Amino acid sequence: MEKRWISLFVENDIGVLAKISGLFAGKAYNLESLTVGMTEDETVSRMTIRLKSDDETFEQIKKQLNRCVEVIKVIDFTNSPIHMKELLFVKIRKCSKGDMEELYRIAEVFGVSIIDYDPESVLMECVQTESKNNDLINLLSSDFKTIEVVRGGSVAIESISKTEW
Amino acid sequence: MKQVRGTSLLVKALREEGVDTVFGYPGGLVTDIFDELYLQDAIKVILPRHEQALVHEADGYARSTGKVGVCLVTGGPGATNMVTGIATAYYDSVPLVCLSGQVTSNLIGDDAFQEADIIGITRSICKYGVIVNERKNLGKILKEAFYIARTGKPGPVLVDLPKNIMVELGSDDYPETVNLRGYKPSTKVHIGQLKKAVDLLKASQKPIFLIGGGVNIAGASAELTKLVDLTKIPVVTTMMGKGSIDTKHAYYLGNVGMHGSYAANMAITECDLLFSIGTRFSDRVTSKISEFARKAKIVHIDIDTASISKNIKVDIPIVADAKEAIEAMLKYVKEHDTTEWLKQLETWKASHPLTMQNNQGLTAKKILDHINETFNDAIIVTDVGQHQMWTTQFLELNENMKLLTSGGMGTMGYGFPAAIGAKIGNQEKQIICISGDGGMQMNIQELATAVAEELPVIICLFNNSSLGMVRQVQTLFYEKHYSSVCTRRRKACDLRCSGSSDQCPVYSPDFVALAKSYGAEGIRVTSDKEIGTAFEEALKNTKSPTIIEFIMDKDELVLPMVQGGKPLYNMILEY
Repeated sequence: MEKRWISLFVENDIGVLAKISGLFAGKAYNLESLTVGMTEDETVSRMTIRLKSDDETFEQIKKQLNRCVEVIKVIDFTNSPIHMKELLFVKIRKCSKGDMEELYRIAEVFGVSIIDYDPESVLMECVQTESKNNDLINLLSSDFKTIEVVRGGSVAIESISKTEW
Repeated sequence: MKQVRGTSLLVKALREEGVDTVFGYPGGLVTDIFDELYLQDAIKVILPRHEQALVHEADGYARSTGKVGVCLVTGGPGATNMVTGIATAYYDSVPLVCLSGQVTSNLIGDDAFQEADIIGITRSICKYGVIVNERKNLGKILKEAFYIARTGKPGPVLVDLPKNIMVELGSDDYPETVNLRGYKPSTKVHIGQLKKAVDLLKASQKPIFLIGGGVNIAGASAELTKLVDLTKIPVVTTMMGKGSIDTKHAYYLGNVGMHGSYAANMAITECDLLFSIGTRFSDRVTSKISEFARKAKIVHIDIDTASISKNIKVDIPIVADAKEAIEAMLKYVKEHDTTEWLKQLETWKASHPLTMQNNQGLTAKKILDHINETFNDAIIVTDVGQHQMWTTQFLELNENMKLLTSGGMGTMGYGFPAAIGAKIGNQEKQIICISGDGGMQMNIQELATAVAEELPVIICLFNNSSLGMVRQVQTLFYEKHYSSVCTRRRKACDLRCSGSSDQCPVYSPDFVALAKSYGAEGIRVTSDKEIGTAFEEALKNTKSPTIIEFIMDKDELVLPMVQGGKPLYNMILEY
C-alpha cells in the first residue's frame, strides 16, 4: 500500500463530485483526501485526490475514473514534479504568556502566519506541504492542550521547471 | 425558429433515433409525455404491469434486436422500481435509455410528492445518468444519452425529466452530432499488440480461445467461426459468450466456470495460452484466481480498459471491439497443429460428458433435448437458477438459435419479461422462456402484458417446489439444512422438513388455472412422455402465451459444480 496522487479534470456539473466519491466508496478504494475547485475554464473542475493503494488497485482506479463520462482527464501525480500545498488553520486557546511567546517562535520557524489572536488565543494559517503541516500539528498537540485543527486537503499543479517537487 | 414543448422534442428525438417501441408506465410526472405519444402512431407504447418488468422487457428487446431499449416511467416509485432492471442491464452491457419523470424543477429538494433522487440512487449502476436542468439542453442530452448507451461497452443511461421542462416551449432542433470530451470510445485495434498476441499463439502448444459476451454483443460470431476454422484452435465460452460459435462445432468444448463442462474447465487449467476475447473474468468464470489458467500466458481483448487486468493479470492486453479485433487477426493467423492437444481434450470430453444425475422420468435435459430437436429459429430466454444452468449446459445454439440470460446480476424475475421484450422485437421468431417456480412468480403479472399484446411466448416452467439453486447449495454445503427454500411450505409444516413430497399441501398458485385466469393457456406435464404433446399444444396457441408447467424432482443437482473460492479443476462431478 502506497500513497498516490491523482489530478482529475471533470465536467463542472451537478453530481460529478458524488459520482467520483461514490466510485471510491462503492468499490472500497481507500480515499484519503479530495479537493475540488473550478479551473480557468468555468465548465471544468479540477480535483486533487490522495489515496492509498497497491499498484494493481491503483491501475484499476485510474481506469475506472477514465471510464466515467464526466471525467475529462486523469493525471497520475505520484511521480511527477509538482507543486503541492495544503491550507491549514490551527487555533490554540487557553495560552499562558509563555505559551504565546513559544507560539510566535514556532510560527517564525515554520513560516506560518498568525492571522488573529487575543490575550489567550492564537490563530495560525499555514500553507505548506501536507507532511510539514503534519509536523506542525504533531508539535502543537504535544505542547499545547487546547488546539483546534481544520485542513483543506492538498491541491497540486505540475511544475514548470520539471525539477522541483 | 419553431417553438415546441419539451414533450414534442422528446418524441422527435425518439423517432430520429429509430425507436419504434417504448416500454412505458404512466404516472403523474409523465402524463404530458404520454399525451404527446397519444398523438402519434410511429412509436408503439407497450404497457407492462410493473416497472421492474418494464426494464427487463426493454432489455430483452435490446439484447435480441441490437437496438437501444427505451423505458419511460414516472418519478418516485416508478423510478425506484426500475433499479433492479437497470442494474441487470448494466452488468450485461445492454443499451437502454431510461426516461424518468421528475417533479417540477423548483420543487426538487422539497420532498415533493413522488420526488426521488433517482440519479443519485442509480449512480453506480448506470453507464451515465443526467437530469435535464434547462429546456434548451433537452435535445443535446437526449442525443448524448442514445450515443452513450449504444457505443463503446454498451449500457443503460438514465435521463431524469422534470415536469416543467417537458411542457416548456423551446427549439425543436435535435442535434445530429455528439461531442463529449470525456467520452471518446475507441474500437480500433492496436496492430502491434495484436501481432505480439498472434506470435504467442503461434508459439503455443496448447492454446485455447475463451470467448465472452463481448463477442455476442459485437455481432462477431461469423468472424469467430472463421478464426476457429482457420486456426483449428479449440474454444470455450463463458455463459454470456455461449452461442457465439455453433455449439455443435467440432472445436467447441462448452462453458467454463462454476457449472462449466469438465473438458472446458480442464482446458483452461492445462492450456499454455489463454486467448480471451470479450470477457471480464467474473469470479463465476475464474473461481480461485491464483489457480486460474496457472500454466498459461494470457491474451485479453476487450473494449473496456477497466476489464483488462482487473481480476486476472494478463500478458498482452488489447483494447478493441471484438469484431474489429478478430477481423484484423484473420490476416495474421494460420492453421495450428493442435492434434495432440485436441486428443487430450477429446479424452476429457469423453470421460466426463455433461449429464444429469438422474435420467429417469421428467428431467431438464429431456425438455431441453426436445427444444433442440424441435426448434431451429428461436430465442430462448431464461430466468435465474438451476433451470438456467441446465439450459446453458444442454441447449444447442447456432446463428438462428439464441440465448438471453441474466449473467452478471443473476436477476430472478428477468426471464419472462425479457422473453416478452424479445418477442416484441422479433415477431417472426419463436420465443421460449425457461423459468423456475421461484423466478416466474417474481414477475408473473406480465402474463397480462403478454395477453394484451397477443404474444405467443412458450413458458417452460420447471416447477420443483423449491428455490432449487439455493437448495442445491444447502444439500452440498449446509448439511441439508433446507432453510426457506420450499415453495410448498405452509404455516402448519415442520420447519425442518427435508423438502416436499406427495403428502405435502398442494402447490400455490395453480399455474395452469392462473394462466387461464389471465387469458393465457396452461398445460401441466408430469411425465416425460407428455413433453412432445405439450409443445404441440402450446404451438397451436398463436394469440397468447402458454405456460407448460413441468413437475420436476427437487433433488436433482446441477453438476459439475465448483464451490466458490475453490480452483476451477476442483469440480464436484457426482453426488
